[in-house]
Amino acid sequence: MIIKQVSVFLENKSGRLSEVTRILGDAGINISAFTIADTSDFGILRMVLSDPDKACTVLKASDFSVKTTDVLLANSSNKPGGLAELLELLNAKGAFIEYMYAFSMNDNKATIVIRPTNIQKCAAILEEYKG
Amino acid sequence: MIWNKTIECASRDEMAAIQSERLIRTVQRVYHNIPSYRTKMQEMGLVPGDIKSVEDISKLPFTIKSDLRDNYPFGMFTVPMSEIVRLHASSGTTGKPTVVGYTRNDLQMWAEVVTRSLGMAGVHQKDIVQVAYGYGLFTGGLGLHYGTENLGATVIPISGGNTQKQIQLMQDFGSTVIACTPSYALFLAEVMKDMGVAPESLKLRVGIFGAEPWSESMRKEIENKLKIKAIDIYGLSEVVGPGVSCECEYQCGMHVNEDHFIPEIINPETLEPVAPGEIGELVFSTITKEGIPILRYRTRDLTRLIYDKCQCGRTLVRMEKCMGRSDDMLIIRGVNVFPSQVESVLLSMSETEPHYLLIVDRVGTLDVLKLMVEVQEQFFSDEVKELEALKKKITSNIQSTLGISVDVKLVEPKTIERTAGKAKRVIDNRKI
Repeated sequence: MIIKQVSVFLENKSGRLSEVTRILGDAGINISAFTIADTSDFGILRMVLSDPDKACTVLKASDFSVKTTDVLLANSSNKPGGLAELLELLNAKGAFIEYMYAFSMNDNKATIVIRPTNIQKCAAILEEYKG
Repeated sequence: MIWNKTIECASRDEMAAIQSERLIRTVQRVYHNIPSYRTKMQEMGLVPGDIKSVEDISKLPFTIKSDLRDNYPFGMFTVPMSEIVRLHASSGTTGKPTVVGYTRNDLQMWAEVVTRSLGMAGVHQKDIVQVAYGYGLFTGGLGLHYGTENLGATVIPISGGNTQKQIQLMQDFGSTVIACTPSYALFLAEVMKDMGVAPESLKLRVGIFGAEPWSESMRKEIENKLKIKAIDIYGLSEVVGPGVSCECEYQCGMHVNEDHFIPEIINPETLEPVAPGEIGELVFSTITKEGIPILRYRTRDLTRLIYDKCQCGRTLVRMEKCMGRSDDMLIIRGVNVFPSQVESVLLSMSETEPHYLLIVDRVGTLDVLKLMVEVQEQFFSDEVKELEALKKKITSNIQSTLGISVDVKLVEPKTIERTAGKAKRVIDNRKI
């Protein structure tokens, strides 16, 4: 499934992350998953949200640099080697992953967020995959 | 040593007579040869005959850096190119440099004023002068070079950089004089320490420092660390280069070679001359230059003039160390930097107006330039590697435009303080 991820540019200084989460919380937006890509002087906060469009509006209103990116939600089985199996499939079919992070887990399934170089190609591969 | 006693110790009346005669000739020459000056004078209802003495100088139009840029490259030259024997250039505000041309006589005059400056600094024929200013389009290296030869001292044309070799030659050749920027002098002292070279073991006794602002406390530091007398020399390529003025051994202001360059101090707001002794913007008119004579050039340097006779015996007017600028130009490691240059680089990389802040610091002895750029929508990417690439691109574009390295930091939108809608562009933290 293709969903909209929201990315926010953050400087490495204290209080910025909590500010973003407070703005989203006050706007009634739920964070389902997130990750931070950090470098020595800045970071990119990437989030899967209950209402990405509204999140963009409220964050921009507070002067944050915000961008939405299409990402894939993929399921793998929640057992040793589950993720390896999924990645081996993508690799074998020539799908390249820019970045990925964990979304949720239950007894049988683990859901992960994938940002591939070619999203349509990757989505087609995953359609066949049941995890 | 006073190189040219007749001029350097002339009475005020004698100097005024020389200046008047030369100014009148210069005004006639530029009026008839440079269309931009003629137009300016006509607009003011001035004809060359209105300038009867140096007293009339304030009637003349000003020249600013952009006049040179607008007439790039050779539009302000008053002689055909066949008479120009040398070109120099300094960095301009929008990438185009400011070009100046010298005739054979101009080079002779320049060598003369540098020789006088060396004399003021206490340099004599037996000295060995290591010229560590850059040789090239910059006027520092070649300016000091020919002045030293004209004096009859020995010149070591080593140019800038190559610090260990500089120190080695000081040891091997027994250099007695070093000419470079004051910040490089401090850097030399540091490297000497690292190399275990005691300044007392060298023959250095005088340093001639210019091309960037420096304070009395920096002078003391240089004098202590290198065990030399540190002399301030002033110049700018639009006027001639180094040698426009220089301190004597009493270090109480720089004697202006005013038989070639008439200084004035104006109020940068009203453009009117200030009362004698008051601080204002320094303005120069060249009165002997042939290649590119210039009337009332606004240097943007703030200082004051002292007309009292100096203890050294010279009567040449003195200008105090420059106390700042009336524009936003920064001098970093001897390089002129205008915030507008940074702005044009950033603008060329994005569609919308960039928000940025330049921060200058002095770390140890070296000036460092930091550039904060707000990551607005147009710059923001979800990919770290793209943001890193953006940072790299800004760094290299700025570096190739300004000619100095810059440390770029990407910051969040609206981080840079805005006052009355207009962002502050420069923070200079250097304690000069």
